[in-house]
Amino acid sequence: MASTMTKPAAIAIAAPEKKWIVRGHERCSTGKFMAWMTPWIGLLGLGLYATYLCFRYGLGETHLDNRFGFGLWIFLDLAVIALGAGAFFSGFLLYILKWKEIKAVINSAVVLGFLCYSGAVAVLAVDVGQPLRAWFTFWHPNTHSMLTEVTFCITCYLIVLSIEYLPILLKNRKLKQIPSFLVFEWELHKLMPVFAGIGVFLSFFHQGSLGGLFGVMRGRPFAFREGFSIWPTTFFLFVLSAAAVGPSFIILTTKLVEKITGKRLVKEDIYKTLAKTTGVLLTVYVALKSLDTLLWLNSTSVRAGVAPWEFYEFRPFGHATLFTEIVIFGMVPALLLLSRRLRERPGLITLGAGLACMGVVFNRFVMTIQTLALPTLSFDEFMLYLPNWVEYAVFGGVIAYAVIVYSLSYRYLNLFPQEADLQLAPKEVNNVPVR
Amino acid sequence: MTATTPTTATATPVQENRKTRRFGMVINLDSCTGCGACMMSCAVENNCAPAKEKITDRTGITLMRVFPVNDRKPMPVRQAGFVPMPCMQCEHPPCETVCPQQAVELDKLSGIVDQMPQRCFGCRYCMAACPYHARYFNWSDPEWPAGMELTLNPAVAPRMRGVVEKCDFCHGRLHLAEDQAALEGNDDYTYTPACVEACPTQAIVFGDLNDEDSEVSQLAKDPHTFRFLAKLGTEPKVFYHSDHEWVRRLAERDMNGRPPANEGKEA
Repeated sequence: MASTMTKPAAIAIAAPEKKWIVRGHERCSTGKFMAWMTPWIGLLGLGLYATYLCFRYGLGETHLDNRFGFGLWIFLDLAVIALGAGAFFSGFLLYILKWKEIKAVINSAVVLGFLCYSGAVAVLAVDVGQPLRAWFTFWHPNTHSMLTEVTFCITCYLIVLSIEYLPILLKNRKLKQIPSFLVFEWELHKLMPVFAGIGVFLSFFHQGSLGGLFGVMRGRPFAFREGFSIWPTTFFLFVLSAAAVGPSFIILTTKLVEKITGKRLVKEDIYKTLAKTTGVLLTVYVALKSLDTLLWLNSTSVRAGVAPWEFYEFRPFGHATLFTEIVIFGMVPALLLLSRRLRERPGLITLGAGLACMGVVFNRFVMTIQTLALPTLSFDEFMLYLPNWVEYAVFGGVIAYAVIVYSLSYRYLNLFPQEADLQLAPKEVNNVPVR
Repeated sequence: MTATTPTTATATPVQENRKTRRFGMVINLDSCTGCGACMMSCAVENNCAPAKEKITDRTGITLMRVFPVNDRKPMPVRQAGFVPMPCMQCEHPPCETVCPQQAVELDKLSGIVDQMPQRCFGCRYCMAACPYHARYFNWSDPEWPAGMELTLNPAVAPRMRGVVEKCDFCHGRLHLAEDQAALEGNDDYTYTPACVEACPTQAIVFGDLNDEDSEVSQLAKDPHTFRFLAKLGTEPKVFYHSDHEWVRRLAERDMNGRPPANEGKEA
């Protein structure tokens, strides 16, 4: 598929459409693009139908219940928001730490961040029982609730991401012919470091508060953690894990787009920079997470009346769960990405980034689902929960929305500034020039 | 390292000239026969809609719920019992601090944890935070078959779909008692929740825990009286009483040294 998309098929782009495509970019034919989009549009339609069922008949259409008030949606929302951290963290590296090489992926990262956050908010709108009352949080905020902080920060950050998306959008070949757009884009671009700074601040807080959400639940010894002042340790661990895997998610998505389109979009060096960033942060995270786990299992949860290690007596959440989370999805990718020698092999970078991303997804799964599945009362039973098609379809719809918007952005906008240069440069395979 | 301190800063300020009460219960588990009269009377009193066909024991609304328990010994020496569980009306409610829009409030005048369904937007964070599973979500529209609407209690507003609800010690009855006391120009009142009234063995004793002379206060201090999950620090105002040691051992998750098991359904 990849090779067929790059070959002279580009000629088949409809003439009016050609004017929208960035100069110097090769894109597949209009027909091929439509064929790529059709299944995603179908999935989006299915998601919208499932959403209609939830709005019309209530959340009884799902497999959520009184024990599993949080289910697939909240778990995936947390995961998607953690992965979307690539946007704020690369903004932090570029605009605050002035790592110029990040410019190669910043546009793609901003679009991905916007899609992750807007998708998560869309799912939340279906997940809550009375979405029309969501504004109550702003009108009657409970300042003691971590969820209030999350709501405020995510709303503000989504606005910031939309503002960051605007200059990328307005730089479109056709749109920038409108002089006022060009001026607006230029002015906006100058303000970008300010927005990146605000974004970093907001992101640090809501990533943390998402962790705090679970850490403050005194009634759930599996989730409850002690900490500093009002912040449980999960607050800091969520910030760190999100920052660690954000660059990995950018590596994975960029490589995926390269694979699908059959083009080189960035220079190999950026992958190494991003991989090293994940490696360092993930190492710190794994060390702190291990320390936190030991303290929690041997002290915090014992004082809450839970026998040490009892949490892992309920299958399928055995000791392997903890091992998988900390060793396979933590230590292994940290090692792969930290070692300079291993980073020389692109395959290992992809593997390391993949494991790191799976690690954060698995951590959010454990915090959401295992927390609720475990019994609290002595006569409680361990409960299983399996989502139904409505839940999968709604989330599938959001994935489809993200793919559609990203595909359109890739086709018409300059997501990877190095792309045009790399297309002119002689093609390299494994760093060996090919004539 | 310090634990995150529970806060009740969102609670209503206490009016100076009003008497503060801490309504609570002591449930005698040795008297409970598991008949379910408390559950039925609770549902009728609080206008809980009849369960629809699709509703299961995991999606239904049972503001008072009776759990079967046993001592986990093999038959025929096994001993069994029942634990009726309404909302524990915690002194440090884990559900209150987590609610993002102040739909949960510890009423300082009555000690009752109030739930305001009109303000709830159904995020269900409070349900995740409650270790007693005392909170219920309205998964679909409440419906009463034709004619059954005549059984509705006018003192209690039915809840709509998409909001959380829980036991509030029959606030309809509390408000009637408060109104009556106000009419009579005094602040001296008490009342009886529906489950207490319906229990055929009088296993539930209800009253003001602040009143040292009340039966509920006396019983709460009995050495055979205990609270569930006391180590979590939620300070429930619903106490349980049993003269059987195996029942009292159910109080904590770690069963005071006994290995925990997970067989609620087998009781």
